Amino acid sequence: MSAPTHVPDGPAQFHVFEEEHHEAGGSTHLGFWIYLMSDCLIFAVLFATYGVLGSSLAGGPGPRDLFSLPLVALNTTLLLISSITYGFAMLAMYEGDQKGTLKWLAITGAFGAGFIAVELYEFAHMIHEGAGPQRSAFLSAFFALVGTHGLHVTFGIVWLTTLMVQVRRRGLIAANQRRISCLSLFWHFLDLVWIGVFTFVYLLGVLR
Amino acid sequence: MSAGHTETAHGHPHAHGHDGHDVPHGTYRQYMTGFVLAVILTAIPFFVVMTRVIPSPGYTAAIVLICGVAQILVHMIFFLHMTPKAEDGWLLLSTIFTIVLVVITLVGSLWVVFHLNRNMMPGMQELHQEAGPAVAG
Repeated sequence: MSAPTHVPDGPAQFHVFEEEHHEAGGSTHLGFWIYLMSDCLIFAVLFATYGVLGSSLAGGPGPRDLFSLPLVALNTTLLLISSITYGFAMLAMYEGDQKGTLKWLAITGAFGAGFIAVELYEFAHMIHEGAGPQRSAFLSAFFALVGTHGLHVTFGIVWLTTLMVQVRRRGLIAANQRRISCLSLFWHFLDLVWIGVFTFVYLLGVLR
Repeated sequence: MSAGHTETAHGHPHAHGHDGHDVPHGTYRQYMTGFVLAVILTAIPFFVVMTRVIPSPGYTAAIVLICGVAQILVHMIFFLHMTPKAEDGWLLLSTIFTIVLVVITLVGSLWVVFHLNRNMMPGMQELHQEAGPAVAG
């Protein structure tokens, strides 16, 4: 090998000078999506557990005795409406309308809280009737699956409230816009999981 | 958009929250279309199960399942704004990977345990025990 004819001044550098330009938070959207996909796997495992244990009643009450479809329909409606109102919050955010964003976020939070209230009522009613999670494998799996979803919605409401304070204090700055977009994915994802819950657990359960 | 840009960019033009080129934005029309479709796809399964208009439970279950899958797709397209090009295709790729894992988990568990349950039936064991001495004798 011949020696290089031209030796550049200064120490040799072996990394690429022109790094690809990364915007602040440019990869947050994809990263958050991958978190949601891992969350999706948690729900898949809980659904599988429910599918396996759903018919093990241990002589206890079954889906047909316990589930009240009008209540589930009400819950589904509340969550679906909260999805579209979150969409309106996003649209207001794109327009830079801070008041509108806050208003729609508050409405979304209220519908989410309504959903949690109805679910807690349902749980309390079931436990009062002696159909708590310790009654049978079916009920353990039911409370684990539906309870995990409810817990997610609860934390979504906590996050939403925190964001509303942030937006009120700092306005619709880039960081807040990014956070609102991430929560939007989270919120719509939870509604998507709920479709699985009411389809597999409630409707097919009552049908069985 | 442009109004928001001048307000939020503090001396650095790239600091804007949306990397507009690959994070998809929803429109009012998109959200409303999604909402109307979701309402219809929710109302149908609740209606068929609550009124039992279709006597066969098998067909009713099929309608419920089809509506569920359709509504999940509606949510993905109109609410989550998933497109094949979002995030240079990584969004779709990670989603497909997750769906594959979810299907393996669900179908695998149900399949294995279904066979397990059938083989562990009390009747089966007695059958084997009865068959045992008969063959020996």
